[in-house]
Amino acid sequence: MAADAPAPAPAGAADGPNHGLRIFMLWLVLALAADLVIWFVWGPHLPPGAMSSSAANQQFDIKVMAVMAAPVMLFVLVFFGYSLIVWRQREGDEEDGPPIHGNTRVQATWITLSSVLVLALFTFGTVELVTANGAGAGEGASPIWKPGGSPLQVQVIAQQWEFTYRYPQFGGFETADLVLPTGQWVEFHVTSLDVIHSFWAYQLGVKADANPGADNVAYTKINDTGTITVRCAELCGLWHGAMFDYGTAVSAAGFESWAKATRIRLAAVTRLLPPYALTYDPTVIPQINKAMVAAGITGAAGLYYPPTDPVQP
Amino acid sequence: MSLPARIITLVVAFLAVTAVGAFVVLHYLLGGPATVDYAAGVTPNTGATVNVVMQEDPQTTVGSKPDWVTYFIRNPTTGAWVHTTLFQVPAGSRVDMTVFGFDGCTPLRNPVWGQVTGTIGNVEYVDGKPYHVLDSWGGCNVGHTFSIPGINLNVPMASPGLLQAAKPGLCATSPCTPGPGTPYRVMTFSFYTPHIDGQYFWQCRIPCGGGFLTGFGGPMQTIGFMTGNMDVVS
Repeated sequence: MAADAPAPAPAGAADGPNHGLRIFMLWLVLALAADLVIWFVWGPHLPPGAMSSSAANQQFDIKVMAVMAAPVMLFVLVFFGYSLIVWRQREGDEEDGPPIHGNTRVQATWITLSSVLVLALFTFGTVELVTANGAGAGEGASPIWKPGGSPLQVQVIAQQWEFTYRYPQFGGFETADLVLPTGQWVEFHVTSLDVIHSFWAYQLGVKADANPGADNVAYTKINDTGTITVRCAELCGLWHGAMFDYGTAVSAAGFESWAKATRIRLAAVTRLLPPYALTYDPTVIPQINKAMVAAGITGAAGLYYPPTDPVQP
Repeated sequence: MSLPARIITLVVAFLAVTAVGAFVVLHYLLGGPATVDYAAGVTPNTGATVNVVMQEDPQTTVGSKPDWVTYFIRNPTTGAWVHTTLFQVPAGSRVDMTVFGFDGCTPLRNPVWGQVTGTIGNVEYVDGKPYHVLDSWGGCNVGHTFSIPGINLNVPMASPGLLQAAKPGLCATSPCTPGPGTPYRVMTFSFYTPHIDGQYFWQCRIPCGGGFLTGFGGPMQTIGFMTGNMDVVS
């Protein structure tokens, strides 16, 4: 389709300015400035921040993509603006534009650059998803990537309409307070006791589905102390909008102290909890139906109700 | 069609649409449970005490959902039981709460909610006896909970020792009346309200929506039955 013959130059082009060079220089200056601003000024403030390894990883990804996207967007805007100003129709100018049918050099450059950009983004995205604690393989039911050492295990138990957190390495106590240490890998095990929820710890850059009967793993390492906003990110019923709380990242020593004190404080209720497991199914936990079993009533899929329930379709 | 017939058809259609719109507005948007006012006549942020009285029943014979479990709140002025879960309390005050538990037992899905939190002393009194934890899995002990997550309040409601699923023997007509021949428990506990205005939802954490998936449908998702709001006003 493209013609090899060079496009006829506009009238007076031989003596006029080099528009291509002008556009290129304009674009180059603006693109460089934009990329520097994005990386050094805007970037550190991009969500979700850099409080944890996963958050910093996501911020880095967004910065890289913004730095790659900005020149493309700027080229379109510069070309558009330049055309509007320089090649606008002037008063008395009734002449048609040159009948351009293509330009091999321009097309080849455009296709090559586009391909390079897309392939680079594909490669970058794939690597980021698989390595570190990316959502592609560093998280999920069977994460490929795992951090070294012995991470702190924290089980996130979602239920309508609150998250509770269980610490199996500290006697398995369960609390509504999320407290995490800095400088140590945390291994979240996310599950649900009823409907589907989603554990979203914003400042940590962790968002993991909380599904009943499923153990969803996510890793992070916290860099700084501070407050963590936790929200449910999956519509889960009447009070979904109120299903949020605030966690705290404290120093390693502070965490140890808190965990030991909480273990003692919650000892009475910890004794009532089922043994620590990656998922919980109330229909098969033997303790739960003691009263029902004693009365000769067995549970059902609707949990605790006769076999005719639930009656919904 | 003649002109008069067309005009009549148009007017009838307009009236029908208007009537449907009015019904939707009045019935669904403006309708709903009443709010019981415990803040009237009480100066907020003075540490004054208000006495909130509720009951939880195995059924709702006063409405269109007779097989749904429900809470009732007592009107402090008239003493009448109101079928609602909305109540208003003054900010910066102490709430002394009394709940009559008429419903049978159902185990908690998560036994961690057997712990009393957020009350003064993290304690509740069941028939006058103090408890910090109730074990809903160990026996027929707990019927519901009264939980306000926004102020970390969680109080398991003891049951009169009968299974929720085996209702014979329990109070059968709501609102129930405490008295001989009707099994029930009395829970009392106290907590402080926040010092600023706000709406705090409360809920039951027992999966007591019998017949609904995971036990958390029906009354558990409907304001006026097992969940509602505590409005803190100043």
